[in-house]
Amino acid sequence: MVQYTQTHFDASFAALSDVTRRGVLEQLARADASITELAEKFDMTLTGMKKHVGVLEQAGLVTTEKVGRVRTCKLGVCRLEEEAMWIERYRQLWEARFSELDKVVEELKLKEKSDGRKKRK
Amino acid sequence: MDGRKESKAAPVKNLTTAERTSDRELVVTRTINAPARIVFEAWTNPEHFKRWWAPKSFGLTILSCEMDVRVGGGYKLVFAAEPEPMAFFGKYLEVVPNSRLVWTNEEGGESGQVSTVTFKEEAGKTLIVMRDLYPSKDALDAAIESGSTAGGMQETFDQLEEFVGSL
Repeated sequence: MVQYTQTHFDASFAALSDVTRRGVLEQLARADASITELAEKFDMTLTGMKKHVGVLEQAGLVTTEKVGRVRTCKLGVCRLEEEAMWIERYRQLWEARFSELDKVVEELKLKEKSDGRKKRK
Repeated sequence: MDGRKESKAAPVKNLTTAERTSDRELVVTRTINAPARIVFEAWTNPEHFKRWWAPKSFGLTILSCEMDVRVGGGYKLVFAAEPEPMAFFGKYLEVVPNSRLVWTNEEGGESGQVSTVTFKEEAGKTLIVMRDLYPSKDALDAAIESGSTAGGMQETFDQLEEFVGSL
């Protein structure tokens, strides 16, 4: 999981190191757009825009869906990454629970010990 | 007096693992430095249970906790939430003292998971294995999706925003 997060952030940072890609994210935050629309907006060739979107997609910042001949881009993390993040949050919830449980069982252990001593007397 | 040594020793942080082990199942494991009978007591006595099930560090507050820990007995937990408190409820399917508990989660209707926790004691420590088995792949996917879209995305975008802001 640590490794996953590291790779994930490396990919995100690399994706964000480019001014066009940051612009694409801003644009997609306003509305979904096709690659053609994005290419026009940023005054780029289709191939160039496809590459940028590919990098954002790899980083899990953008998802694309092809309907007919149009590939629509939207902000979002891909399913696998979404699931990995969810499981990590789920693990953190349990980690927090168990560290509280540690405190409760420590008290119960002490209590059992002192009760045991009382009984022996 | 003889308890002094233990209470002062720095507690060793045990590892918590979480994994989707199949289409329908999530498994969490953790070792607790106490015998199984004590862990079982902390899991089945509502006074103890409500102290750890809703960790404050996670922003959770438990409002009430009723548990009738026997086969067929019910439980009901109410958490503080906006706009209104959230209730979690179900019933115990299996109760084996100091070793195993199985319960249903019925707040989500028929798509709710069945939870099984086992306590395995070895050398005074207890390995907890907690399994959530969903009725179908779709039910688990949906649980993940509903939890992801709100919280997860926000978290990602907060982190991104922080980064973009620092450019």
